[in-house]
Amino acid sequence: MATGPDPAKTARGNLPPLSLHVPEPNFRPGDPVDYSFLDIPPPGLLPRPDETCPATETTPLCSGMVRVLGNDHRAVGPWDPKLDPETLRRMLRAMALTRAFDDRMYRGQRQGKTSFYMKCTGEEATSVASTFALAADDMVFPSYRQQGILIARGYPLTEMINQIYSNKADKLKGRQLPIMYSCREHNFFTISGNLATQYPQAVGWAMASAIKGDSRIATAWVGEGSSAEGDFHAAMTFAAVYNAPVVLNVVNNQWAISSFSGFAGAERSTFANRAVGYGIAGIRVDGNDALAVYAATRWAANRARANGGPTLIEHFTYRAEGHSTSDDPSAYRSAHEREEWPLGDPIMRLKRHLIELGEWSLEQQEAMDAELVDLVKAATKEAEKNGILGHGLHHPFHTMFEDVYKELPWHLEEQAEQAIRERQTKWPEWKPE
Amino acid sequence: MTEAVTTVRRLNMIEAINEALHVMMERDCNVVVFGEDVGYFGGVFRATAGLQKAFGKHRVFDTPINECGIIGAAVGMGAYGLRPVPEIQFADYIYPGLDQLISEAARLRYRSAGEFIAPLTVRSPFGGGIFGGQTHSQSPEALFTHVAGLKTVIPCTPYDAKGLLISAIEDDDPVIFFEPKRIYNGPFSGYYDKPVEPWAKHEGSEVPEGYYTVPLGKARIVQEGEAMSVIAYGTMIHVAQAVCREKGIDAEIIDLRTLVPLDIETVEKSVKKTGKCLIIHEATRTGGFGGELSALVQERCFYHLEAPIERVTGFDTPYPHSLEWAYFPGPVRIGEAVDRLMKA
Ligand SMILES: Cc1ncc(C[n+]2csc(CCOP(=O)(O)OP(=O)(O)O)c2C)c(N)n1
Repeated sequence: MATGPDPAKTARGNLPPLSLHVPEPNFRPGDPVDYSFLDIPPPGLLPRPDETCPATETTPLCSGMVRVLGNDHRAVGPWDPKLDPETLRRMLRAMALTRAFDDRMYRGQRQGKTSFYMKCTGEEATSVASTFALAADDMVFPSYRQQGILIARGYPLTEMINQIYSNKADKLKGRQLPIMYSCREHNFFTISGNLATQYPQAVGWAMASAIKGDSRIATAWVGEGSSAEGDFHAAMTFAAVYNAPVVLNVVNNQWAISSFSGFAGAERSTFANRAVGYGIAGIRVDGNDALAVYAATRWAANRARANGGPTLIEHFTYRAEGHSTSDDPSAYRSAHEREEWPLGDPIMRLKRHLIELGEWSLEQQEAMDAELVDLVKAATKEAEKNGILGHGLHHPFHTMFEDVYKELPWHLEEQAEQAIRERQTKWPEWKPE
Repeated sequence: MTEAVTTVRRLNMIEAINEALHVMMERDCNVVVFGEDVGYFGGVFRATAGLQKAFGKHRVFDTPINECGIIGAAVGMGAYGLRPVPEIQFADYIYPGLDQLISEAARLRYRSAGEFIAPLTVRSPFGGGIFGGQTHSQSPEALFTHVAGLKTVIPCTPYDAKGLLISAIEDDDPVIFFEPKRIYNGPFSGYYDKPVEPWAKHEGSEVPEGYYTVPLGKARIVQEGEAMSVIAYGTMIHVAQAVCREKGIDAEIIDLRTLVPLDIETVEKSVKKTGKCLIIHEATRTGGFGGELSALVQERCFYHLEAPIERVTGFDTPYPHSLEWAYFPGPVRIGEAVDRLMKA
């Protein structure tokens, strides 16, 4: 028997009623934009601890922001990776190519050549500069906005476009949504449309590499919105418990479709700070600063390789374009957000830096941009020879039933015959491929 | 308890769903709507457009991308006494929330002997036809019909979508409300190479203003006929209608509307009358709801059957992006089954 007062009957006195907090972004369509609330520390401020330091030493890096390039386009501080000009130019080129590719594919979707496309405009550094800091045989577990990895790893553009067009040369046989690439040869794990699922998989891959005494590490990317998924936390726990050699990236581009980062918890803490609770290393980095992204990734990769364990990197950036070709961001955010973004554009910043070093010029940039446009155009033409979505040049019908299982079971063979018969019934002149 | 309704307008399905939510939020202050992008933006398919403006952020809000959290929170809210109507952006993403649905929502009443209930309605667009590839096209309804304690509802017209959704929200049990996204904006005949007819010209799009219900567990006879019974739901009803029209088949077409609870009476009566049964769904064949329907018909109508029961379904493969229209149980596949039944 309860002896105390019955809580259900206890008067609440003059306490105010409880109220629910629903996060609200700072600006909506039509609002002027003022980013002065953002705490953006100057470059060169944060220390660069030893790569094998205890995780707690990175705590200041989790709420601060690692930055290398300043407003004067010079590199400063302990995180300056001191890359040689040739590497910088290659990085710039890969980022510019990613953007040229995005622009062309976006137009392709609008022209009805494919069903769907997703740009990564403004976020090129978070994939390209990261990739430059990894070894070519490190396994990457990307999300859908990391086309820059494939481009940085030299994957043929035509192959990417074949996949986007789901045509007869698409090595994924027209099964995946455009942009959901897969390339084992380039150590690029197949992309899932189900968010965050690749995160624990990357940790598992890294654990396996450790079990085998391999030297390869794993990396994964997730959007800040997707970091709310349970998979994110499962991955963090496993990474911490097994000290897995993995680099976990959160690309905080401020928006998850129409939901601002507050809906993933950004109002309370940075995403990098989540590392603290798990006892792993964490770094928050200016995601529009290619040098800072490179340096942080390099630091984390070296740490993982030295058995120092996992690192969580938050890339603080901005999604300059819509979520996808199916999205209209003007319906939910201020048009001025993009122009006012205080961390600038990653390509412009790297270009300016190279010019400042006397290793690049506006003329060279112009010539390169023109060359890249042609390069993408040529790749597109090449891919179009293999067909565009919905225009008949797709994989043979039978392939639809292959790879469901290792061997084709009887019921799928029967169903394949059915599909081919249907096709013939509808187009009697058609011959099975 | 249907109330007097005033005007009748033609709406498309997404508008009808939006209206049902408006009506229910107005009538019952315990109805809350949430999910990824549903608040300010109104959902990626715009099903919740305008709701936050009308009812405030405490009753209509965006959530983290965390289906387990969305459904788990809905279970708790339901236990508190609210009527949550969470949205899962695509049915393909319901899996992170499955444990909350299957182990928790479905059994809350049972395990607490009625002390707690989970009166939630999980809305989610399902099915293919929009070139969504394998992660935006699945039809997972059979998973839910297998779980004791859940109800599974699938509308086929704007009129039904509104009336069924209102019933689902009023229902004290957890309801999975799957919306065939292919027919959000108009019926689909199954021909990818023909333009989609807008709802404005189609039956079932006359949607009364205000409150009305379409009861759960009651099938709709889409058209009466003698030649065979066609049992389907959602998008497949429209395809079946097109096929029977083209072939001049006098079929009785039954739209189940709810899979659980199932209106077996209407099915049984029809099959006993026609002696032939064709079952259609878009989901993969093996272990699909068609198997259950077929067993039920066999158990109850065996001595009346004049031909083997026919099942037309999607294939047992994931939904392939570029061959989506070949996967889809279209007019040819259904036509063949109809022919076989007619010959039998
Ligand atoms: C499990 C799951 N839930 C929902 C979705 C639908 N969806 C696709 S992208 C997206 C937003 C993701 O935002 P974020 O993680 O921030 O990445 P960003 O698009 O900004 O790069 C959502 C909700 C999905 N693909 N998978």
